[in-house]
Amino acid sequence: MVAMSANLSEGSSLSVLNVRKDFPAPDNANIHTLALAGVTLSLAAGELVSLVGPSGCGKSTLLRLIAGLDSPNSGELWIDDVPITAPSAERGLVFQDPNLFPWLTVRRNIQAGLVARGVLHEKRHEVDEFMRLVGLEAFANALPHHLSGGMAQRVALARALINHPKVLLLDEPLGALDAFTRMRMQDEVLRLWQARRTTMLLVTHDIDEAIYMSDRIVIMTPSPGRIERTIHVALDRPRQRSSPEFLRLRGEILELLHFAGNATRDRSPGVGDSSSGQNQKPPEDAKPEEPDLAPRYTESRAVRSPAPPSEPLDAQVIIIGGGPAGSSLGA
Amino acid sequence: MKTSLQETNDPARMGEEEMAGAANIGSPAAARVRVRTLLAVPVAASVALVVHLLVSKEQPETQSYSIFLCIILGSAIVAAAVQSFSSHLRRWLRHMCPIIAGAVSLSCLWEVITSGLRLLPLPYFPGPAGVLQSLIDDRASLLDSAWNSLQLLLAGYALGVAVALVTGVCIGWFNQARYWGMPLLKVVGPIPATAWIPLAMVLSPSPGLSAVGIIALAVWFPVTMLTASGISNTRASYLDVARTLGAREAYLVLRVAIPAAMPSIFIGLFMGLGAAFLTLVVAETVGVKSGLGWYVAWKQGWAEYGKVYAALVIMAAFFSTIMSLLFKVRDRVLAWQKGVIKW
Repeated sequence: MVAMSANLSEGSSLSVLNVRKDFPAPDNANIHTLALAGVTLSLAAGELVSLVGPSGCGKSTLLRLIAGLDSPNSGELWIDDVPITAPSAERGLVFQDPNLFPWLTVRRNIQAGLVARGVLHEKRHEVDEFMRLVGLEAFANALPHHLSGGMAQRVALARALINHPKVLLLDEPLGALDAFTRMRMQDEVLRLWQARRTTMLLVTHDIDEAIYMSDRIVIMTPSPGRIERTIHVALDRPRQRSSPEFLRLRGEILELLHFAGNATRDRSPGVGDSSSGQNQKPPEDAKPEEPDLAPRYTESRAVRSPAPPSEPLDAQVIIIGGGPAGSSLGA
Repeated sequence: MKTSLQETNDPARMGEEEMAGAANIGSPAAARVRVRTLLAVPVAASVALVVHLLVSKEQPETQSYSIFLCIILGSAIVAAAVQSFSSHLRRWLRHMCPIIAGAVSLSCLWEVITSGLRLLPLPYFPGPAGVLQSLIDDRASLLDSAWNSLQLLLAGYALGVAVALVTGVCIGWFNQARYWGMPLLKVVGPIPATAWIPLAMVLSPSPGLSAVGIIALAVWFPVTMLTASGISNTRASYLDVARTLGAREAYLVLRVAIPAAMPSIFIGLFMGLGAAFLTLVVAETVGVKSGLGWYVAWKQGWAEYGKVYAALVIMAAFFSTIMSLLFKVRDRVLAWQKGVIKW
């Protein structure tokens, strides 16, 4: 790989220190749902880390905090040695839904960041460069509703990358794509990462995707959301999805997620149950030590709905009382 | 690895697999127009002409209606003759022939009921010939009225929309503006604008100015309401994306919230236009001494019902043209939306 040289790195290091975040329940501001219970995580500059876990484990919440779209109840977030206080162009965010502005053409969507920062005039030449980078020169004047899911997600990537973010946050960016497009897009994202060496934090439901792409895999558990384990992926790139090492790592992670053994499968009759069923369980039933990961994991992987799950609602409800009034439910 | 990466970036391959949604299916060439369709208008016009000649034996002054029917008959025959040379004309004919024939038949039926069988009392229900004659006789006065109405309408509508866009965006975006503005909107908005006419006539130095104000008020309510709701319903994720792209508040309002609210804003603009027509006619009838509304009231006072109907015909053409123009603007502005309603 030509672009592997480290001096091209655009990335910054990212530190999350003991971050705690809760949301008030929609109907009662005194009941708070704890979405993140003291999460600590750090990414080196240029690192690609995956965040894996079932719905409700606070992955998206964590990403929104890093993006600066929400602020934590306690704890600190740093980019290099600058604290995160508000959204900024240096932390790009790509959602599962590409969220292209439907009223703008592909070209105008990609240059939106330049317009927003008022630097379109100086950097206009980069628009073509980024359209080439994601292979969409031919569709410069197409409107988003003419694009397929994969193309739209490419535009979203280019739109985030044109600001040269120091950290790129990816919230299940490939979750809504079909399996073939997804694998191709994984290569695409890897290529972009290798070319720019942006620090990337990727939320995913797909273990294969996490192993295929990342340097480290961070496994989170819900109720309340916290980091369970971090796994280093020491395989050389390009990785072979069917190599013995890959499969062995996959097995380890599945075991860690209580998914591999028959015993766990037997005590989970609700495979394919919608995640809303979890809310009806009495709180005593939720055991953070031995989370009921298997059925939810299958469910979320097999039948991913295009709408992002409302994660805070899935988490265990605990009473904190009189929390900050201004915080709102994550969209 | 490198080759496989190149493969994934090959635009041709991508095009094949991903452009399914973008495929532009060309419309098939216009097929032939059926003879029945082509004959519909000439037949209807001929029948109407015969009926008219039979009915109007004792009313010799209504030549213009005969001429009018002859023109329709003649153009229909010419169009049928040359349609094989132009596919545009063919498509237009296939679409329009039935509706034109229907209109001609309807006016024939009208003539039978009024002038022919005299089922409806005169002078309240003149036949089509009488209305056409009034239209031609009084065209100068009608055109002048239409021009005055247009000025009043445009001034009032433009003022109302301009104010409403500002108030709507403010109420939709700023919490303070919503807190104070919404109750005002909820209390004052539903009052029909025409109910303000007495007050407006007292307050305003001229009836024209008061009419502009009343029309603006009528437009203001729906446009403000729908602008505000469109702005406040902007998808939060669009705003989040824009924030992470480095957008400041001005960008969020002007480049994200307002474009996202456009479909809703246009619904408000249409409702406002309807309200403006209504208010215009009422204001002209009671206060302003010009315009189509005033003309209708004036001619009704003289029992010249042919002219009243003539004014209604002009009004229909006038208002629906303006409505069509607004739809044209909407289709341009909202070209990015899928499945817009056709007008």
